[in-house]
Amino acid sequence: MARLYGPEPDVAGDAGHVDHPQRMGFFTDTSVCIGCKACEVACKEWNAIPDDGLTFTGMSYDNSSGLGANRWRHVAFIEQPAPKPAPVSLGMPTVGAPTAPTADAPDFRWLMSSDVCKHCTHAACLDVCPTGALFRTEYGTVVVQEDVCNGCGYCVPACPYGVIDKRDDDGRVWKCTMCYDRLGVGQEPACAKACPTDSIQFGPLDELRERAAARVDALHAASVESAQLYGHDPDDGVGGAGAFFLLLDEPEVYGLPPDPVVTTRDLASMWKHAGVAALALLAAVAAAVIGGRQ
Amino acid sequence: MSDVGSGDSSVASRDARTASDRRHGRGEQMMVPKAKFESYYGRPIIKRPTWQARDVAAYLFLGGTAGASSVLAAAATLTGRRSLARAGRVAAVAALGGSLYALIHDLGKPSRFPNMLRVFKPTSPMSVGSWLLAAYAPLAGTAAASSLTGLLPGLGNAAGIGAGAMGGAVATYTAPLIADTAVPVWHEAHRELPFLFASSAACSAAGVGLVFAPPSEAGPARRLGLAGAIGDMASTRAMHMRLGRDIGEPLRTGRAGMLLKTAAGLTAGGALLSQALGRRSRIASTAAGLALLAGSVCTRFGLFYAGVASSDDPGYTVRPQRARISAGQRDNHRVS
Repeated sequence: MARLYGPEPDVAGDAGHVDHPQRMGFFTDTSVCIGCKACEVACKEWNAIPDDGLTFTGMSYDNSSGLGANRWRHVAFIEQPAPKPAPVSLGMPTVGAPTAPTADAPDFRWLMSSDVCKHCTHAACLDVCPTGALFRTEYGTVVVQEDVCNGCGYCVPACPYGVIDKRDDDGRVWKCTMCYDRLGVGQEPACAKACPTDSIQFGPLDELRERAAARVDALHAASVESAQLYGHDPDDGVGGAGAFFLLLDEPEVYGLPPDPVVTTRDLASMWKHAGVAALALLAAVAAAVIGGRQ
Repeated sequence: MSDVGSGDSSVASRDARTASDRRHGRGEQMMVPKAKFESYYGRPIIKRPTWQARDVAAYLFLGGTAGASSVLAAAATLTGRRSLARAGRVAAVAALGGSLYALIHDLGKPSRFPNMLRVFKPTSPMSVGSWLLAAYAPLAGTAAASSLTGLLPGLGNAAGIGAGAMGGAVATYTAPLIADTAVPVWHEAHRELPFLFASSAACSAAGVGLVFAPPSEAGPARRLGLAGAIGDMASTRAMHMRLGRDIGEPLRTGRAGMLLKTAAGLTAGGALLSQALGRRSRIASTAAGLALLAGSVCTRFGLFYAGVASSDDPGYTVRPQRARISAGQRDNHRVS
């Protein structure tokens, strides 16, 4: 049986693909996201995802709430207090009373981030799917076969990120496919194609990881100490994500779990305990039958 | 739109106040305030299970009842208690029928139920359970049919013993089924849930025996009910200790808390009543059996709702993970 946990350098090979292409992924650099939502729109258009209603959430400029069966890219808007930049003296001669140059500067900041399915190395949704509808593609991504899914819903609470969900009127589950159909003809996914700032970058995962490490170093050098990578580490609880992020605050601020673990890490322990409990039940019944007067 | 800049509390992502924080406002006094955590406008991180309580929580009860009833019926067959054996076999097949209905009804595409047997995946407790039920159902059905019609008793007994051998697994696999998710209460209790489910199944099978078998043959059911009630209490206690004050909170509050408290009362009451008066009075025996069955129903629905409540509140996901990071134990295969 394939490994359920830990680093897995050849995720497609582990799933049985031979002569497969490189593992492809997303690197979403939220430091350059401008919150335009072009990714959400492009995803909806390309994948023909149904409308999911007009709602007003009151959550900053985010009225699409989060990822779900009908939203495979989602842009989060976070408004947080931030200190005003300190006045910088330029040493220029001035006339009249001194003015505070930063009086109009905001005392808050916006964080924007485009979330997506993480295409985990160890994907809980795929592990628990009883029908084989969820499968690992040759690109190392995780895709639902909608002609097989029977809507049991097991993958929904299994996902540690809350990505996959059931479509109400349809009964089946849906999520990002990393545009499996586009990858097959050498095209990049619709969201990455549409992103005007290259916040969403698509490519071979190894290459993206190198690029992300360089980017985070550059940001640290520019005194953006809060810059951190999320989901890049093959040693993390899901064996590293196929879609990882550069964040400017802690993951939970963006609605991401800070230390997700694939639930099937503990599957062996679950089966072991269930086996012992089953035997205990048989033993209790045997004792109840033998051990009494009647 | 929040009015930005007028203070921390106006900014939604900081110190999100969640349902559980509000509950604490009017609930018990905490010795230590709960750790603050950040979230995205207080929205849940994991998705709420799409399973319906009337299907899946009911199935946890029915599946447990079926499995343990088959075990008790097999033991009764082997020791010549024919009424008890018949009660167990018939109850098992009735509960199994209800189980299959619930499982199919809960599917988004019920017509695709046969896809459950398209592959066998040990990593999916639902796949394992589907195959288990596929093997168990014909045995349980044959045993019950033979008991009811009196035909082919030899075959019926063999099938009943086969069903009994599988009954333990049928009654406990549902614990990994719900524990193999990211739902905090279910997953963190993955070691204790199988024992709690086995105990709860023992109680409901004992309840079946007490209700449907004459007191003269129901001795094993009385003793099994007592063992089940003790196991139920012990594993519930172990589960609370494992989950701790924070993640264990959904087990103590709201609808789940009420159901689980009721379950504890019904289970203990049923077991004690059967011990005290079950030998002498058929009425007391029946009442005790019904209490044990109702207790098991409340246990399953209570655990189901506790899990759903823990999925709705991002705090139950964020706080333990954040604590792990603070303790320097970020999940990492090299350090775990």
